[in-house]
Order: sequence, then structure tokens, then C-alpha cells
Amino acid sequence: MSAAMPDAKQEILERIRKATGGAGDRAAEYAAIPREYRREGGMAPEARLELFAARLYDYGASVYRCTAAQIADAVAQALTQRRRTAIVVSQGVPASWLPEGFEFVEDNALSYAALDQSNGVLTGCEAAVAFTGTIILRHGPGQPRRAVTLVPDYHLCVVRAEQVVETLPEAIRRVEEFRAVPLTTISGPSATSDIEMTRVKGVHGPRTLDVVLVL
Amino acid sequence: MSAKVGQAAGAPSFADAARGMLGNTQLRHNVRNATDVIRARRAHAVAETLDWEQLRDSARAVKDHVLRHLQAYLEQFETACTAAGGKVHWARDADEANGKIVDIIRSHGATEVIKVKTMTSDETALNPALEAAGITPIETDLADLIIQLGADKPSHIVVPALHRNRAEIRRLFMEKMQLKELGERAEDLTAAARRYLRERFLRVRVGLSGANFAVAESGSLCVVESEGNGRMCVTLPKVLISLVGIEKIVPTFGDLEVFLQLLARSATGERMNPYNSIWTGVTPGDGPEEFHVVLLDNGRTGVLDDPASRATLACIRCGACLNICPVYRQTGGHAYGSIYAGPIGAILTPQLQAMRHSQSLPYASTLCGACYDVCPVKIDIPEILLHLRNKVVKGHGAPFAEWMAMKVAARAFSKGGRLESAQKLVRIAQKPFVEDGVIGRLPGMMANWTRFRDLPAVPAESFRQWWAKRQRKEIS
Repeated sequence: MSAAMPDAKQEILERIRKATGGAGDRAAEYAAIPREYRREGGMAPEARLELFAARLYDYGASVYRCTAAQIADAVAQALTQRRRTAIVVSQGVPASWLPEGFEFVEDNALSYAALDQSNGVLTGCEAAVAFTGTIILRHGPGQPRRAVTLVPDYHLCVVRAEQVVETLPEAIRRVEEFRAVPLTTISGPSATSDIEMTRVKGVHGPRTLDVVLVL
Repeated sequence: MSAKVGQAAGAPSFADAARGMLGNTQLRHNVRNATDVIRARRAHAVAETLDWEQLRDSARAVKDHVLRHLQAYLEQFETACTAAGGKVHWARDADEANGKIVDIIRSHGATEVIKVKTMTSDETALNPALEAAGITPIETDLADLIIQLGADKPSHIVVPALHRNRAEIRRLFMEKMQLKELGERAEDLTAAARRYLRERFLRVRVGLSGANFAVAESGSLCVVESEGNGRMCVTLPKVLISLVGIEKIVPTFGDLEVFLQLLARSATGERMNPYNSIWTGVTPGDGPEEFHVVLLDNGRTGVLDDPASRATLACIRCGACLNICPVYRQTGGHAYGSIYAGPIGAILTPQLQAMRHSQSLPYASTLCGACYDVCPVKIDIPEILLHLRNKVVKGHGAPFAEWMAMKVAARAFSKGGRLESAQKLVRIAQKPFVEDGVIGRLPGMMANWTRFRDLPAVPAESFRQWWAKRQRKEIS
């Protein structure tokens, strides 16, 4: 590009100015955008958790319900069921979640190869949506790295009842303050329908997802 | 500057390309099957969403608002993304975008790049540009991998290999992945793709993505996907480059609550797609250490400049209009000669090219309106198609013979007496061509009228004649 050529940014913005003309009060106009869609759920807590669990079953995930004191037991049950022994533990997971009798490896910047060879990963989450069976992970300092929740072939996620909301808008409001760090939403294990629209579970992300639901 | 859309500028007219596709029964069978499945899933997912119409209204209002204030939002995005450690580049057209991307990859001495499905990079024909620069692009979306290995072209925005069936894909994988054995279930083929790509995900140092949404207030990008290849590409490499059309902006993080509810349901009929990745600049200790965003114009500001068709830029690339379109269903995507096929492709492709190419596409529609009904952002595609047809005709004028014919017709239709005289003439002239009350084939310049359908013959008696006779009878 020669120096005489106008800057790409300036040229694009100039074209936009020419096309849109003098735009009005942006903030006022944004505030006036109609939002008549559901922004709050109306379900009772019990029904909400029921729905969340049902959606997870739809995705082929197993759901282990327990109390806060029983998390380690539920983790043991899930790992035994799936025959997983060597599990990576993401940042932010308290020691009280870890049962005896399994090999837990703490994630201290483990290599991709190490993650690839592990049996799975144990994490918590930031929020969950009952209506869509969605789990939202927050990453960044003190939280699971994205790679840790992605490369292992099995993901066991602990979700606390108070983290489960009914609708996506409610969940977005809960995680909004963390928008400076990466966020991942997970709705079931990885899947594809690219071949003859046949849904196949388990492509590149963890092929199996299980949830410990803490009541 | 010249905006290009893949190879669309050199593509044959829709009618010519469609004729070839209509003869391919395997392709038509594959397309029909796939669109039937997605349509049924979408209908179910939409029906259970009781606030669907309210979501559509909000989505469209947000998009209209963004387009009106695009300059301010783009600048806001750049400021926020830069503050978060990203580097923002601007590209006027496809070649400029490709050039910038090649420069970034070269500056790292890399010769390979892993790509998550981005239609925008197909639009700029990035892969050939990378290859010409000695860089190997590795497509990681299953459908895109099928397209790449088969040296094929995408035929659908969301499911690019929808025209391929299992047997074809199996043969392709066995040959290109050098496999001696491979099962024939979709599961087997998917597992083969996983094995083939895993080593590449873990090794390749540069990733390339598009974005479904770019959040102005925070400088965040959002990639919507299902397989996990998107998460791999935006997470594992040291360097990430995202190619983003300037119309992908949403004002706030909160606006994602509208679009994420609409996109998955419209695109694949899922309540929510398996994965959404949202990230902002660079996060120490998590993901790429270097992050570039290339903001692409490539004809978009030209679309913005026409208020009658500006809404084209509201598209969120869900593909619902393709799946519902009776024309797409018969021809598949390749007939459109553009990586953007179906109704949205028919309005987007010619406009991005400033109406200089792909001028047959606005005619590739029956104007039935089904695309408007399913569009999650309520783009009135039939209206825009008509507007563009008008532009095409104004641009070149109609062919002389058609222009003359229309003049004559206008004169004949303007007075009852004239019409009757014309009918008398036609009744005599049509005689050699009428069979069972229809005209199956007309000669010479009129052949186009009967090439794909029969023309009803002018009946022996017109309504006016019948009416006059009836009145006479009543009087007598």
C-alpha cells in the first residue's frame, strides 16, 4: 500500500458516515429498543432444577444430585460409573470435592499433551440455564483455563442449585460482570449434524459431559 | 477498490447453473433430505419458544440501531478491544483483508493455520490467498473439512456439505486420510475427523476464526458452534486472527441474550448450540498471547448506502431461509454461484459486488415469502429482491424485444376494444401451438415463456364475450 492511499479505517468510516448521515441520540435510541421477550423465568425452584436435569438427560449427560456435604461422594460415583481414574482438577475446585481413591492432578499450566492424555477434568461453573440445559463457565485468574475444559475427553461439572436460572437473559445478567475474561457456554457434549443431518455426539470437545447438581 | 464474493463474479447465470443441478438426482435427494430434517427441528424449537416474535422484534430493532450508528459502534469496539490487548485492523476489501492476514501469519514464520468455519473467509477467498503465500489452511469444521478434502464448494451457510451423502464422504475420507478401513455410520466418519484433526489442534500455532457477534462496549467476540473445533481454534494457538464483517456489531454484552436465543433455533433447531465462546482481547495464562481482529468492509458500506436494502446487513447467517426456500430445495446451493446461497445469498451476493455481478440472483426466487416468515431478524427478502430486480433493469434496461413487447402489451391492455382485437389475433396465431388447451412450446424469442412451464391458451370465448351473450339471453 502506498503512503498516498488514505487509511483503510478512515475510508471505511467515511463511507459509513456518507451512508448513514447524521445519526440521532444513540443512547436514547438504544434505551428505546423494545424488549418484550421473557427476561425473567416464572418457575418454582424445584421445577426449574427438574427442567435443567431433564435437558441434561436429553443431551446424554448423567446428573448426580447431592447435598453440599456429599459432593465428593457424587464425584466418586460419576467417575466410577464412567471408569475414569486420572482426572485433572481445574483451578477454583475446592479440595472438599475430591474423593479418596482417585488420582487427581491439579492444573498448573499442564501441557496440551498432558491434558490430551488425561482421563477427564473436574470443574465448577458460574451459572446455568434450565430452559436450554446450558452451563456457563467463567475462565481467567483462579478459574478453569479454557484448554482444561476442552482438551480432556470427559468433563464432570459441579453445578450448585442457586447457580441455575430459568432463562438465558437471567444468566447473561449474572455473568455480565465477567465479560472481560473468557466465557464458554456448554449445552451438552460436542456434537455435529454435518453428515446427513444425523446428530453425532462427541466430536472435538469432551465427548462425555456429566453434572453433579448440588441441592 | 473492488469487493468480491468468492468466485461469484465469474459464475454462470442462476438459470444456466440451475439447469445442470436439476439433472443431478443424487444432489437433489441429499438437499431435500437435509432441508426436511432441519425444517422440522426448527419448527419444533420455535414453537416451544413462546416469546419468539418478541425476540425477533428486539433483534431487528438492535440490528437497525447498530446500522444507523455503525461508525460510533465500530470505534467503540476498536477502543475496547485494543484496551483488552487485541490489535484491530481495517480492510476495505477482500484482497486487503487477505493481505493483512498473510502478513500477520508470516510475521510469526508459520506455515500452517487452523481455521474454524468462517463464511467471511470464503467470501474473501482467503484459502487460495494463503496457499499462494505458502501457508496451509486446515479447515476444522467437519463439513468444511469435507469440502476442503474434496476440493468442493460450500452449498449451504450452516451445513456447507449438505449436498454430500455418507457414502461419498466415506470414500473421500478413506482416500484423503489414507485409511485402509472405515465404518460407514456418521459416528465412524466423525471419529475419523476427530483423529485426523486432534494432532493438528494441539500442534498448530496460529488460529483463524470469524465471529458471529462483536460486542462494541466490551470489545468481545462471540463464536457460535457445535463440534468444539471453534473452541480449539480460538483457545489453543499462540496467535489468533479473527476476520469480522463490520455488520457483526452488537452494542452491549446483554444483547447476546437476544441473538443467542434466535440463532441456534433458526440454524439447527437446537434450543442452544453445544458451544459458545466469548472472549475479550488477550487473557494472560488462558488462550492466545496475541490476538488480531480484521474488520472487513468488502462492499458492506455500499449495501448500507441504500436504505431500501440496508436490512440485508441484519442477517445473522442462520440459513433458515435456505432450508425453507422452494427454489433452493430444488437446485441446492451451487447454482447460486456464490458462497452465499438461497434467498439471503440472492440479495447479499449482488449487493456486495455493487450490482456489477450475479445479476441473475434476484430472479432466483418465486417471491413466495417463506424466507421472510422464518427470518429471525425479519428481513423482508421478497421486497429487497424486487428492489434489486428494479436496479438490475434500470442498470442495463430490459432487452429490446421485451421492452417492445411490454409497450405493445401496455397499449393492448389499456382499452377493452384493443384487448379484444388482440385476443382475436392471438386466437388465430396460437393455433399451431395449442394442445389440450395449453401452449407447450413457443418458437423463437418467445421460447423463454414456455421453457419451464405451459402457457394457458387464449380460450375460444373471452369473459367479456360470455358476459355480453349472457346479458343478451336474459333480456330476450
